[in-house]
Amino acid sequence: MAERKKTRPKAKAKSGTKVKSVRKPKTAAKTGPKPKSKGPDIKGLVIRVCLGTGGLAAGSQEVIDAFHDELKAQGLEAIVKKKCVNKTGCRGFCAKDVLVDVILDGSTSTYQRVRPEKIGRIVEEHIIKGQPVEEWLVGPDYHTFHDKQTKILLKQCGQIDPEDINAYIGIGGYEGAKKALSLTEFEVIEEVKKSGLRGRGGAGFLTGLKWEFCSMSRAFPKYIICNADEGDPGAFMDRSIIEGNPHSVIEGMIIGGYATGANIGYIYIRAEYPLAIERLKIAIEEATKKGFIGKNIFKQGFDFTIRIKEGAGAFICGEETALIASIEGKRGMPRSKPPFPVNKGLWGKPTVINNVETLSNLPSIITKGASWFASIGSEQSKGTKVFALTGKIKNTGLIEVPMGISLKEIIYDIGGGMEKRNRELKAVQTGGPSGGCIPASHIDMSVDYESLMRIGSMMGSGGMVVMDNYTCMVDMAKFFISFTQSESCGKCVPCRIGTKRMQEILTRITGGKGKEDDIDLLVELGTDIKLSSLCGLGQSAPNPVLSTIKFFRKEYESHIKKGICPAGVCKALRQYVVNTENCKMCGKCARVCSSGAVIWQPKQKAVINKSKCVKCGACFDACPFKSIM
Amino acid sequence: MPEKKIKKVKIDGRKIACEREETILQAAKKAGIEIPTLCHDDRLEPYGGCRLCIVQVKGVVRPLPACTTPVTNNMEVCTENDIIRRIRQNIIALLLSNHPNDCMKCEKTGDCALQDLAYRYDVDSTRFEGEKWDLPIREDNPFISYEPNKCILCGRCTRICNEVVMAGTIDLVGRGFNSMPDTAFRRPRTIDNCEFCGQCVSTCPTGALTDKKGRGRGRSYEMKKVRTTCSYCGTGCNFDLNLKDGKVVKVTSAYDAPVNHGNLCIKGRYGYDFIHSADRIKTPLIRRGDSFHEATWDEAIDLIADRFSGLMKKYGNKTVGAFSSSRCTNEENFLIAKFARTVFKNNNVDNCARV
Ligand SMILES: Cc1cc2nc3c(=O)[nH]c(=O)nc-3n(C[C@H](O)[C@H](O)[C@H](O)COP(=O)(O)O)c2cc1C
Ligand code: SF4
Ligand code: SF4
Ligand code: SF4
Ligand code: SF4
Ligand code: SF4
Ligand code: FES
Ligand code: FES
Repeated sequence: MAERKKTRPKAKAKSGTKVKSVRKPKTAAKTGPKPKSKGPDIKGLVIRVCLGTGGLAAGSQEVIDAFHDELKAQGLEAIVKKKCVNKTGCRGFCAKDVLVDVILDGSTSTYQRVRPEKIGRIVEEHIIKGQPVEEWLVGPDYHTFHDKQTKILLKQCGQIDPEDINAYIGIGGYEGAKKALSLTEFEVIEEVKKSGLRGRGGAGFLTGLKWEFCSMSRAFPKYIICNADEGDPGAFMDRSIIEGNPHSVIEGMIIGGYATGANIGYIYIRAEYPLAIERLKIAIEEATKKGFIGKNIFKQGFDFTIRIKEGAGAFICGEETALIASIEGKRGMPRSKPPFPVNKGLWGKPTVINNVETLSNLPSIITKGASWFASIGSEQSKGTKVFALTGKIKNTGLIEVPMGISLKEIIYDIGGGMEKRNRELKAVQTGGPSGGCIPASHIDMSVDYESLMRIGSMMGSGGMVVMDNYTCMVDMAKFFISFTQSESCGKCVPCRIGTKRMQEILTRITGGKGKEDDIDLLVELGTDIKLSSLCGLGQSAPNPVLSTIKFFRKEYESHIKKGICPAGVCKALRQYVVNTENCKMCGKCARVCSSGAVIWQPKQKAVINKSKCVKCGACFDACPFKSIM
Repeated sequence: MPEKKIKKVKIDGRKIACEREETILQAAKKAGIEIPTLCHDDRLEPYGGCRLCIVQVKGVVRPLPACTTPVTNNMEVCTENDIIRRIRQNIIALLLSNHPNDCMKCEKTGDCALQDLAYRYDVDSTRFEGEKWDLPIREDNPFISYEPNKCILCGRCTRICNEVVMAGTIDLVGRGFNSMPDTAFRRPRTIDNCEFCGQCVSTCPTGALTDKKGRGRGRSYEMKKVRTTCSYCGTGCNFDLNLKDGKVVKVTSAYDAPVNHGNLCIKGRYGYDFIHSADRIKTPLIRRGDSFHEATWDEAIDLIADRFSGLMKKYGNKTVGAFSSSRCTNEENFLIAKFARTVFKNNNVDNCARV
């Protein structure tokens, strides 16, 4: 609510100050050549502006204000629909923000990188004259990016105003909850089981089965928790879903609460997501007003309330038992299972924990049916999965693909291939910091729970980092294990000290001090950590190391035995030499070298004295002809 | 409810019948099978932190911690095989890799679970090298010395402080390799936040937490342990007085004591200075005029008997009574009450316990 109060008067105040200048353009519009006669049907105009975090950061609020001002200035305010400028959530391609759809006469044109100063021309040429501003429209990459995707969850995110419950109801929102409440609990669970929906939070446990276990527990009260902790670095699928379509998550929780007999729902969300929290608050308030949350919801005799619990942003608090401890006010630290949360969860009572994405799949499963959902995806992994596609790839962003799609399609069709033309794909890391590395040779593999597991990685919550041949796998493994080490809760020995020692061994290898048996030590330690750690963090933390050793062992050996980092990433192992063929004798390298290692005289090619070189890389950066290697 | 049924389990080939909800560790203990533990204490909720007690359960790929895993019917458990042994050795080696390995002058030598395990599993501290904690010894508590470098993060101190004492003085703070038990905002452990009960010391398996008063006064195996009952209050806690050269050097918990299971409060654990105090009254004192005079027990008892008989004869038996101390044991209190009822023949009995 606070946000609306903040934004609305601001918009008003802005247009208010501009009232004086309205006259001029108004007359201009009147005397303008063909606005009313031949122009498009402005009455039906719809403008959609991306107001996701990416959009906001790129200035979408200013763009919205500018549209209002401009429409007013052009005297169109009276013609267009009152709410013709709509806010939407993230569309996944945040690099192109602010993204704006202009829908006129039934056709949609999408503009990219819109700034307030561009609005004048868009209104003038496109809206009034019907001529879209071609040079600002999105290019073919926007379409290839979207065409191969199957958007169920993200589709709605890019279409509706997340702060308006009526927009959600307008596209069939809350029909799922209404329908679920007219069925028996048993029927709802059966439907979810039939759909084959599996948890999107990491482990991929069958959602229907989890619900069934909880519904069988005879203790009361029961709780349903939405896990919106989303701690993987670079992951933002859950945030985008909440920001773009908070009601779908709430509706999913109502369905789950009803099916399992939980009357109280918690949304555990990290405090670093202020926009998502704000939108959830608005959504909960609006849903309560409509009678979808509260006592006797949908007049079906079922009570359901939702509370928001803000987490302090510890990665481990995404683990379900740590999350429960955190809600209870204890240190966020996992505990042994059994007992499982479905039997003894929050405050010792039966509790279902589901991920944001899992929950937001439920409304359409109930309305469209289990068989519709099961028709999407692969044999054992149904539906779609949202991934945060990043790394050395052309189109980075949020994508939603059917389960079972090949990695190749994701990287080359949706992702548009490597970011830099002359580089090759080397590997893909899936599953976040505790996932594994999949080498380019396995690019045809299907992306589903089982296949990813088999290759030593995992689905995780949906991080996907693409690496090219300039990425050092040892360095990469070190980066990921440093993350898990610093986020370990410290409860158990293998994870707390074991990952630290692995990190140190990797640091020593990348620093040129690797020992002969370090690889074997890493494998033994990694295996033992996986086997003996208490929770999923420790049990998967060694994955990046073990999978890179499995597929890129030679690279490790090269670091240790030859003292060479094949990708040229590890500074300590770099050997700087001058490529005499390319050297243009400019001497820039000699001038920047602070150790006097570059031997150069005018009209002579430079030579680097290895014994003096401290491998700082200054010469490499300074050479305008790329002749230092 | 399935929990009520008797469950048959097999541990290392031995058949054991378990009632109620028992853990593998409890079932094994019953059958005399030892499973190594570091973070387990019978007084605390199962934790599963050190991972030393992991065992192989038939049909489960991952080894499971014996201390937290409940037995199920027909479960088959193997408490040690090559993989488990290797993992245990690696866990101990990891612990030693961040440990001062200072056994020669460590207060805990001879009574240290980590030292014993390293010996039993033949592990030295050289397998893993890397960063080691180098934190100062904390002497902010008047009764407890805390050497963080020797802490293995078993979490026993923090749990006993929260679960049993309910003082909430300490918890694990920090993340990853740098997690450690400490107070909120790492403030000193003083009278403002700590009860000085020493419960944390009583559960610490290593030399990280030690009783300050007993430091440097002898190895645990040099002590003669004398089981006694606390003389401070009516609870009747038991503990062991540790004697060296005939002197009480410190108090340690008697974990098998039926009343208190090794738990003690500050008085029982640290209030023993009076024993060898020069001011201590060792004989009965009889007041003559304004001053006290040492006497024998016979003299004192004769005097009391004379006076009581005189008073009763003169004023009647209702005018006298017995007032005992809550520092006496239950048995002593019972006896004094009985004395009043049979000798005074009245019910005038009271005790100082009012709080
Ligand atoms: C270290 C760790 C971090 C996790 N972080 C998250 C998270 O951020 N979000 C999430 O939904 N699940 C996370 N999980 C998985 C949860 O424990 C839990 O399995 C999940 O929320 C269950 O929901 P689902 O069945 O819908 O997937 C994490 C697990 C581990 C071990
Ligand atoms: S595996 Fe790591 S994060 Fe999980 S409980 Fe153990 S120390 Fe904590
Ligand atoms: S705590 Fe135990 S292992 Fe550590 S130095 Fe002291 S006696 Fe040795
Ligand atoms: S002495 Fe008692 S109150 Fe103080 S930290 Fe230890 S257990 Fe807690
Ligand atoms: S101080 Fe002792 S009891 Fe506390 S965590 Fe460390 S080793 Fe365990
Ligand atoms: S004074 Fe403390 S230790 Fe002694 S009996 Fe009472 S509670 Fe127990
Ligand atoms: S926030 Fe606008 S596309 Fe992601
Ligand atoms: S004793 Fe079981 S994990 Fe420590």
